[in-house]
Amino acid sequence: MRRRSGIGYTAVPPWIYALAAVGALFVMLPLVAMAVKINWAQFIPLITSESSLTALGLSLRTSAASTALCILLGIPLALVLARGDFPGQRVLRAFVLLPLVLPPVVGGIALLYTFGRQGLLGRSLELAGIQIAFSTTAVILAQTFVALPFLVVSLEGALRTAGGRYEAVAATLGARPTTVLRRVTLPLVLPGLASGAVLSFARSLGEFGATLTFAGSLQGVTRTLPLEIYLQRETDADAAVALSLVLVAVAVIVVALSYRSPRGRQAMAGAS
Amino acid sequence: MSFLGKSMATLVTAGALIASLAGCAQGAASDASPNSPRTGPTGSITVFAAASLKSTFTQLADDFEASHPGTTVHLSFAGSSDLVTQITAGAPADVFASADTKNMSKLQDAGLVAGTPVDFATNTLQIVVPPSNPASIASLGDLARPGLKLVICAPQVPCGAATKAVGESAGVMLAPVSEESSVTDVLGKVTSGEADAGLVYVTDVLAAGDKVKGIEFPESSAAVNTYPIATVATSKNKELADAFIASATGPEGRKVLAAAGFGNPRG
Repeated sequence: MRRRSGIGYTAVPPWIYALAAVGALFVMLPLVAMAVKINWAQFIPLITSESSLTALGLSLRTSAASTALCILLGIPLALVLARGDFPGQRVLRAFVLLPLVLPPVVGGIALLYTFGRQGLLGRSLELAGIQIAFSTTAVILAQTFVALPFLVVSLEGALRTAGGRYEAVAATLGARPTTVLRRVTLPLVLPGLASGAVLSFARSLGEFGATLTFAGSLQGVTRTLPLEIYLQRETDADAAVALSLVLVAVAVIVVALSYRSPRGRQAMAGAS
Repeated sequence: MSFLGKSMATLVTAGALIASLAGCAQGAASDASPNSPRTGPTGSITVFAAASLKSTFTQLADDFEASHPGTTVHLSFAGSSDLVTQITAGAPADVFASADTKNMSKLQDAGLVAGTPVDFATNTLQIVVPPSNPASIASLGDLARPGLKLVICAPQVPCGAATKAVGESAGVMLAPVSEESSVTDVLGKVTSGEADAGLVYVTDVLAAGDKVKGIEFPESSAAVNTYPIATVATSKNKELADAFIASATGPEGRKVLAAAGFGNPRG
């Protein structure tokens, strides 16, 4: 990533626009095709059915919780990866990024073997009276597992781009490390953190495979919107398509809200 | 596959034969003309079969290819409703074997079934528990025990509809911790030890081997699932499709299906 400098050379060869148009169509056409398929007369009743609303509510709540968990765990990870210097750093980065490329079902199986009743931690947790399988907690864990890399990657990139100069200055002026982190580093990378959090939220919202494998599917407890869509598809294709559009709409709103133009983002950073 | 070259050669010969026959034998129906030495149809077909038929239909297809030289049977397995969606969307299927009559009716309503579907197998539910049966389940009534981690299929899918019917007819209130969208997911939760018990088909219990234990219960007779099979109307090789269906519904097919735990729809 290169910092935007004052030099105004931004010309893009015209043929790049042609290829970009193909790319944009490739992403947008399937969404248009889906919108065309929608039974608009039934749209509102379909998406406001009790099971749909329950699933949407559960999805929003669990995604918010997993995003919070991602922020809590992701900030330290990104800091350690961007600023730290220790043996095994590259290996750690590889492992943190693994869920990005891992099929979610595999993630679900791995979580099952960790937090499940027969799992690595599951037995101890059960003795402590904590049961994770088939609970909303399991949904949040599954979502956090797949969404965490998005936050770490965004934030680590932002940290590297920001560089350590201001932190060094603050330290020479006598600020303690925690003060530097709180007063200098985090405000500096806030836009990166925000976009990372939004990506995590969007990824959590769409999480399906790991949830299905690890958490199960019960209305109001573990059946998030993607699982509800999958189930509706068995009997009512119209409802499945309608709910898919809702999911797309929520995702678009969330991403659009935070992924503003670079100028907007800088304004955001300046205001904070 | 090593016999690909051979079967290609046969295919070409078969193509020539069919082309020459097409002119004269249009109305000859299934009765083979007496002057042709080998009577069976040749070529290749694609069979769309419900996921629960995977092992049996793989074997049936192998047997069929062996006893009908010059034929190739391609198989595609998925949930019955997925298969109906695919066929309706134009997927090249010649035969459709559904895990329930509902999905077959859906295909019939779409005008994509040639002739009348034939019921070829039945399946009933069984209680499935981990091999050690940690919750000491012995009957359907035990599944209503509070605190029990029970996993069943969602009522939207065939196994869940059967579960609902069985529970209602027996007057047992089932309070599952999860309603899965497929039998595989229910089995997975039981084999991994997450669930104390589940309800799946007899054939699934048999297929899972010693990773699970199956418990029969008399109330299962309230929901007997029937598997129909039919030739798809858009098939380009209906003759071969019909021959495959005849073999699957005949004595040899019966034997394979019975070994896997499927019941006989004709008693």
